[in-house]
Amino acid sequence: MDDQLYREIILDHYKNPRGHGVIEDADAEADGMNPLCGDEVSIYVAFAEDGETIEDVKFSGRGCAISQAATSMLMELAVGKTADEVARMPRDELLEEIGVPLQNNPTRLKCALLGLTTLKVALHKAKGTPLPDGLAGFDELELK
Amino acid sequence: MAVTTPRKLDAQTLRQDFPIFGHPIHGKPLSYLDSASSSQKPRQVLDAMRTFYETSYANVHRGVYDLAERATAGFEASREKVRALINAPSTAEVIFTRNVTQGLNLVAYAWGLDNLGPGDVAVVTELEHHANFVPWQQIAKRTGAEFRVIGIDDAGELRLDGLDAIAQAGQIKVVAANLVSNTLGTINPIDRLTAWAHEQGAIMVVDAAQAVPHRRVDVQALGCDFLGFTSHKLCGPTGAGALYGRRELLERMSPFEMGGEMIRKVSIEETTWNDLPYKFEAGTPAFVEAYGMGVAIDYITEVGIEAIEEYEHELVGLVLDRLAELPWVTVYGPPAGRRAGIVSFNVDDVHPHDVAQILDSEGVCVRASHHCTQPLMRRLGITATARASFYLYSIPEEIDRLIGGLHKVRKVFA
Ligand SMILES: Cc1ncc(COP(=O)(O)O)c(C=O)c1O
Repeated sequence: MDDQLYREIILDHYKNPRGHGVIEDADAEADGMNPLCGDEVSIYVAFAEDGETIEDVKFSGRGCAISQAATSMLMELAVGKTADEVARMPRDELLEEIGVPLQNNPTRLKCALLGLTTLKVALHKAKGTPLPDGLAGFDELELK
Repeated sequence: MAVTTPRKLDAQTLRQDFPIFGHPIHGKPLSYLDSASSSQKPRQVLDAMRTFYETSYANVHRGVYDLAERATAGFEASREKVRALINAPSTAEVIFTRNVTQGLNLVAYAWGLDNLGPGDVAVVTELEHHANFVPWQQIAKRTGAEFRVIGIDDAGELRLDGLDAIAQAGQIKVVAANLVSNTLGTINPIDRLTAWAHEQGAIMVVDAAQAVPHRRVDVQALGCDFLGFTSHKLCGPTGAGALYGRRELLERMSPFEMGGEMIRKVSIEETTWNDLPYKFEAGTPAFVEAYGMGVAIDYITEVGIEAIEEYEHELVGLVLDRLAELPWVTVYGPPAGRRAGIVSFNVDDVHPHDVAQILDSEGVCVRASHHCTQPLMRRLGITATARASFYLYSIPEEIDRLIGGLHKVRKVFA
């Protein structure tokens, strides 16, 4: 199954992550942690003039190939969308983008969704957009 | 003088006692290298528990009828097996628990809340599992006591040269340490720690979860005051464990949980406590599991505890040699001579999750996590490792498949 899991595109995003870095004085940010493995991700958002559209988004932290690649893809998906659009983005949209079968692997599903959950938390803190419903699985996600 | 030839362990034969090895994973033979997390179960334990349910089941310590007597006898016989295994002076000092975590919490709450206060110090080690770390950290907070940690050197061994500095922090009241580290396999000098603890007027609490299943543990030789272990790591069922406690301490302690079984007399005004060990066993215990733990103790005793230790020692030497041939693998912890059958490692530039996932596709089960030792991970400057661990049914072929799997990891991430 790893042959499906570690597809070329996953490995490419893992080795060359898009949007990797830090935004100083970000308009929104949050730190997420996967309590299962201790992996951490921080997400930084800068809004455009309208204060709604995501102009730039970056992430830092360390994690497995699935979590890093998924977060990298998320950075590409999120740019240009409004905070509200991202807050309402169904997780399946990201999972489709990742394109690897994770339905039967809830542990790795958490890896894949760590970035999206953390981004939604960042937007929630800055804009009051809805929290992700999957937050139940991330009890220890820091709401700093 | 009678000469006894030490029994050699025959893992290939023992393996046939474990039904799980008859079931391939992803079409590959199962290589189970995660016994430090939980061990597999031999047919003898599974059959005995089933027979108990089918022929001797009724609640323990309650009924006067024969069935209840039989159930109680099975449960109490298991207590004697635990006593003998760890050489406790008396079965009154053997408390059945749900697992080692519950045993350690029992000590932290029932002893700690009444005996710690401002000016006192609770000491743990940087190698602790969260089960023997967090309870002491939190009880210290609640009682106003200090909390100190004995550090490790780069080989993952305790720095006993730091003890004097720790003693400056106040009146040391409790020292809590594991006998074998579940992450690094380090075998800790519990005898020396116990001597130090007693010199300070402190009690010594030992987490023997990774020791009792794999090596001879003797609470009287160690001189410790409390020692806990868990059934599911020694071929027994989940839901059972045991805590040894020194009688004088147990007698002076208040109960941990309260309800049925642990009382002598209850009135509206007052309640008095049952005798040891029942004072610490509130409610219906997991007695079939406790019974199953006794059968598991018979099983590993029959195999030979010394034989198990020696065999795992061979395996860990073998895997360390094989891993040393891979320059892209980092191994954590002490050399083979000073470690139990546990090896934590990382593959360069590959997260342990990914290592474990690819190994899984080869039928190889290793744990990828912080192993409930986050302070230790921080000390090592990492967030997680992959960990291979052995038991009496582990075979060298599993190490071959592990090494083969690691080469595949390298290929996927090249
Ligand atoms: C050293 C050590 N202590 C405590 C535990 C906790 O065991 P349990 O979950 O059975 O209470 C473990 C195993 O997970 C362990 O390896």
